[in-house]
Amino acid sequence: MPLFKSSRGLETQIDEFLDTVAEGGLVFKEGVKAYLGGEAGEFEAAISRIDLLESNADKLSKGVETDLYRLSLIPEHRGDVLGLLENSDNIIDTAKTSLLQFSVEHPDIPEEFHHGFLKLADASAAAVEAVIICARAFFRDTDVISDNLYKVHHYEKEADTISDTLKRSLFDSDLELAHKIHLRYFALNVEKVSDKAEEVADRLAIYAIKRNI
Amino acid sequence: MEILLFLSSGLFLGWSLGANDAANVFGTAVGTRMVKFRTAAIVCSVFIILGATISGAGAAHTLGKLGSVNALAGAFTVALASALTTFWMTRLKIPVSTSQAIVGAIIGWNFYSASLTDASSLTKIVITWVACPLLSAGIAVGLFILVRLFLRLTKPHLLRLDLGTRLGLLVAGAFGSYSLGANNIANVMGVFVPDNPFQDFTALGVIQVTAVQQLFFLGAVAISVGVFTYSERVMKTVGGGLARISPVPALVIVMAQSLTLFLFASESLEFWLASHGLPTFPLVPVSSSQAVVGAIIGISLFKGIGIRYRVMSEISLGWLATPVLAGVISFLMLFVMDNVFDQQVKADVRFRLDDAVVAELETRGITDPGLADFVGQDLGSAVRVMRDMRRATDLSKDDIADVLELAVTGAWELRLGEVLEDLRDMGLTAQQMDGLQAVDGIRFDHAWQFQQALATTSPHWQMRAESVTNKKWNKTLKNQLSVLLRLSRMDHRSGH
Repeated sequence: MPLFKSSRGLETQIDEFLDTVAEGGLVFKEGVKAYLGGEAGEFEAAISRIDLLESNADKLSKGVETDLYRLSLIPEHRGDVLGLLENSDNIIDTAKTSLLQFSVEHPDIPEEFHHGFLKLADASAAAVEAVIICARAFFRDTDVISDNLYKVHHYEKEADTISDTLKRSLFDSDLELAHKIHLRYFALNVEKVSDKAEEVADRLAIYAIKRNI
Repeated sequence: MEILLFLSSGLFLGWSLGANDAANVFGTAVGTRMVKFRTAAIVCSVFIILGATISGAGAAHTLGKLGSVNALAGAFTVALASALTTFWMTRLKIPVSTSQAIVGAIIGWNFYSASLTDASSLTKIVITWVACPLLSAGIAVGLFILVRLFLRLTKPHLLRLDLGTRLGLLVAGAFGSYSLGANNIANVMGVFVPDNPFQDFTALGVIQVTAVQQLFFLGAVAISVGVFTYSERVMKTVGGGLARISPVPALVIVMAQSLTLFLFASESLEFWLASHGLPTFPLVPVSSSQAVVGAIIGISLFKGIGIRYRVMSEISLGWLATPVLAGVISFLMLFVMDNVFDQQVKADVRFRLDDAVVAELETRGITDPGLADFVGQDLGSAVRVMRDMRRATDLSKDDIADVLELAVTGAWELRLGEVLEDLRDMGLTAQQMDGLQAVDGIRFDHAWQFQQALATTSPHWQMRAESVTNKKWNKTLKNQLSVLLRLSRMDHRSGH
């Protein structure tokens, strides 16, 4: 039956999409690390990789969207699933944009701030990882969503705190004002990835309640 | 030609049945957008036609409820009144029981023809309003708890759950449609079987298509047309108007409805359980419309989903109104048919307490000195006899009903050569056919004499002692006898 095949195919596509976003989070972290470590080759590889992942994620989410409508599957949760995919796609978009900005603007980050940026990228990537676990759970076991949502909020809060500390130390330093503002902009961009993860988490919290009704 | 005109009200009844009852099997599926209306209508129609022609026209085919209406124009009018009532309710988007519309219309006919109304048919209607939704709600909640537990344990992927639910809704809908066709076709077309305009034929040289099958096919097509053209309205009420339902509860509701009908209305299940020495479920009058509404309310209350009480009160009013309206419309239309169009809407039923009847009453232990006043006289209408006998004798209502049944006088004569075609689909055994040979050409004044004469020919024509295991036998025999009596009635022939 074609419906069976399509349903299986969609399951795989959704799984692949979530894998892609999760991998995007890791590549983002590796990219920031490579940039700070001055490893130009690895950084460029991370940029190419995340570019590919982002375009794959786009293709996959478009495919899922089309199939869900074409086969009129999950009428009750179609809107939620599409919202989930779209917002998860925003995570990888933001991560890619952030890495590209490193590549385009070559921010000069003094050694003393490396640790702060690394920790910030770590927290953002951890938030992405946790939210992808929740997203997978949305399709199978909604109890797992609530078990993992707090992790997303935890990492997002951690990213907030790290970013705040980083920005304070930036503006307390002897750097030029323009330089400070430039670096603050990068701190914001790295932190933004965790914000996007939290946006998905907020939606998932509601979707989980809706699925349980 | 006349039969085709009369058949038209049966077809209209079929159409309105399809328009109203398809919602019971596919309403929640369509309402939750799990099955497209077009898909539901196609599956529903195909299975209604299969059910009607395969199971409906089977060995135990009956005259249906309208069989008690003893003149074709009367049956036409009663069917028309039922159809109009059901159509009206369908316009108001209310799921109602078509059977109750028919019973209501028959009660209208009873009033018009001064026939007795079986008090149990009234209590049955009331029980169906109350017990059926309650039973169905309970079953729905129980099933829902089980399904939820199953889903918690198996944790299927959302898409796989969606696919499973969709298939479940389609399969349950197909089964529901099959039994809808099988159970209701007799009410739509059964009464026209003795006047069937069709002839048997053999298709492609191998497939035997009987006249009854053709007639029932026509009725089923009418039901299907009702499904396609007008069932979406009631589906919307069932599928979302009463309460907001999600797909899994939608499936549970359809399953609960079928299970309610199966457990509490299936004589086959009762027979099976009893013949295996198992306790049986009490058989209560149930209707799929009442069951589906009960299941929706049950699940909504259990899950704490808001019920639209305005819709619920409209549905309740619709249930109350259906038999009453059908009765009133039927009565008025019978008056018009009788007096304006000069159609015979009721055959004259004569009651005569002759010696044979008195002797038979004595063997049955029904005696009363007051009965002597009635002996040898042509009595009036059933209602009048009941009233007079209640006054003049100490007999109970049931006893008087028995007296009346025996006192019906007419002319019954089986002319085997003339009715052989009609007997072919009745699933008669060889012994039964031999029995018919034995009474061929003999004239009887009372139907019971005809039955008794038949019973002496073979045990296959004998009723068995009342028990759960004999119920099926007795019911089949009763159906066969009622068709046979109708075919053998000589004094009503001019009425057709």
